[in-house]
Amino acid sequence: MEDQKVIVDKLSSKSKDARRKASNGIFHGLVILFSLITITPIILIILNLVEKGYRQINLHFFTQIAPDSWDAMQAISQGKLIPGGILNGITGTFMMVGMASIIAIPLGIMIGIFLYENGNKRYANFIRDITDILQGAPSIVLGLIAYLWVVKYITHGFSALAGAVSLAIMMLPLIIRPTEETFKMIPNTIKEAGVALGVPYHKIILKVMMPTGLSGLMTGILLALSRVIGETAPLMLTALGSQYVSFDITKPASAIPLLIWNFYNDPNLVNLIWSSSLSLVAMVLALNLISKRIASKRK
Amino acid sequence: MNSEKVTKNLLFVASIILILLAAGMVLTLASGSIPVFEKFGIQFIWSNKWNPTAGREQYGALPFIAGTIITSVLALIICLPLAFSASLFIGEFYKGTFFAKIIGTMVDLLAGIPSIVYGLWGFYYLRPMIVKLGLNAQGFGVFTASIILAIMIIPYATSISTEIISLVPNHLKEAAYSLGATRMEVIWNVTVPAARSGIIASYILALGRALGETMAVTMLIGNDNHIPKSIFGIGNTMASVIANQFGEAEGSKLSALIAIGLLLFVITGLINAAGKFIIKKLA
Repeated sequence: MEDQKVIVDKLSSKSKDARRKASNGIFHGLVILFSLITITPIILIILNLVEKGYRQINLHFFTQIAPDSWDAMQAISQGKLIPGGILNGITGTFMMVGMASIIAIPLGIMIGIFLYENGNKRYANFIRDITDILQGAPSIVLGLIAYLWVVKYITHGFSALAGAVSLAIMMLPLIIRPTEETFKMIPNTIKEAGVALGVPYHKIILKVMMPTGLSGLMTGILLALSRVIGETAPLMLTALGSQYVSFDITKPASAIPLLIWNFYNDPNLVNLIWSSSLSLVAMVLALNLISKRIASKRK
Repeated sequence: MNSEKVTKNLLFVASIILILLAAGMVLTLASGSIPVFEKFGIQFIWSNKWNPTAGREQYGALPFIAGTIITSVLALIICLPLAFSASLFIGEFYKGTFFAKIIGTMVDLLAGIPSIVYGLWGFYYLRPMIVKLGLNAQGFGVFTASIILAIMIIPYATSISTEIISLVPNHLKEAAYSLGATRMEVIWNVTVPAARSGIIASYILALGRALGETMAVTMLIGNDNHIPKSIFGIGNTMASVIANQFGEAEGSKLSALIAIGLLLFVITGLINAAGKFIIKKLA
C-alpha cells in the first residue's frame, strides 16, 4: 500500500515535469514565432517597394520635375513609363532640411553643452524636461505651430521657411540629448589638460571637446536628419508643395514625402508612389546605416 | 567681461531660447484655441458634434479624442506580444548571437520607415487583406489603422525593454535555475519582475508615439467625424483630423483644429512624462 503511493507520487511528479518542460518548449517556440512575425512587415515593405518601384527608377527620375497629370495619363495610355521625376521634391527636401539644420544643429549643440556643463542642477533638469516634452510632441502639432508663427505672420502664405521651422523644432531635442551624452563620455582629463594650459573656455569646447566627440555628434545629427527627412504631416500645413523647383524660401516648396502624398491622391500619377517611396526609404536607411557605422567605430 | 563669461552666458542664452520656444508653443496653441472655447465653452472637449457647415457650425473634440485613444490602445495591445517576444529574443534567449543581431537590426529598420510609406503599404497591402477577411467592406477603419500603428511603434516598445531585460543580473537567474526552474519559469518569475518598470515605461513611451502619428492613420482610418462604432468601424484621430481638415479651415474651424492640437500636445506630454517618471525612478 505504502509503496504504491510512492509510485503514484513519482508518476505524477514525472508527468508534472513533463508538462513544465512542454510548456517551456511551447513558450520558446512562441517567442521565436512572434519575433519572426515582428520582422515580417519590414521585409515585406522593402520587397514591395523594390518590386513595384524599381522600374521607374532611372536618371530622369532624379533630374526631372514631377509630371503633370495629363502627361502621365498619355504615357499610361500608350503603355510607356510615366515621364518626369521627383527633382522638385529632392531640391525642396534638401532646402528645408538644410535650413532646419542651420537653425537646429548649432542651437542644439549649445544647449547640449550647457546641460553637460551644469550636470544635475535644478535648472538643467528643467531644461532636460523641456527637451523631453519637445521630443514627444507630435509632428503635426509642430506643423500647426510653424503655420501660426511663420505662415501667418512672417511669410503671409505657405512657405519653405515655415516647413524648415517645423522641422527645426523637431530636430532640436534629437540633437540636444546625443550632444550631452557624447560630451559626458569624453574623459575629464582631456578637458583638464586644456584648462591647465590656460586655454580659454570657448577654445576648449571648439578645439578639444568638439573634435574629440565629433563622431558622437555626427551620429546624433545624422539620426536627426533621417527622422525629419521623411516627415510629411508638418510640411502639409507649412510648405504645402510646389510643382516647380523653387529656391525662394518665402514661397511654397515641395519635398519628397509631399510629392508621394500628391501622387497618391492623383489617379494618373499613383504609379509613381512606389519609386519615390523607394528613393525616400533608401535615403533614410542610408543615413541610419552611416550613423550606425560611425557609432560602432567609436567603440 | 572675459571670454569665459561670454561663453557661459552664450550657452545660458541658448537654454533660455529653448524655454521661450516651448512657452511660445504652448501660448500660441492656447491663444489660437481661445475663439472656439469662447464660442462653445469648455463643452468643446466632450461634445461629440462636428459640423463645419457655415451657419450651423458646431465643433466638439470627443469623436477625435475617442478615436485617438481607441486606435492607440488597440495598437499597443497588438504590439505587446510582438515587442515582448522580440525583446526576449534579443535580450534573453539569443542574447549576443548573430540571430539577435539580425532581429535587432530589422526592428530598428522599422523605425526608419517614414509614416507616409507605412500608410501606402497599409493602403495597398493590408487593406485588401482586411477586406478579404470580411472585417470591413472597404478595409478602412480603426482596426486597420491600429495594425499599422502597432507595427510603427514596435521599435519604440522594444528598444528600452530589450536593454532592461538584458541587464537583469545573471546571478538572480542562476539562483532560479539552480532550484530546477525551466527557462520559462525563470523569465516569468525572475526576469520580468526585475525588469518590470523598464518594460512598462517603454510601452508607455510607445503609446505616446502612437497618439501623435498622423499620415499612416489618416490614410487608413476612414476619416469619419463620429465616435467609432466598433473597432472595425471608421473614425478619425486628433492628428488625422488636423491633417485632413486643415486645408480648407479658417475661422472657428481653424480654431477648433488648433484646440485639438493643444489637447493632443497636452495628452502626449502627460503620457511621455509618466513614462519618463518611471524610467527616472528606475535609475
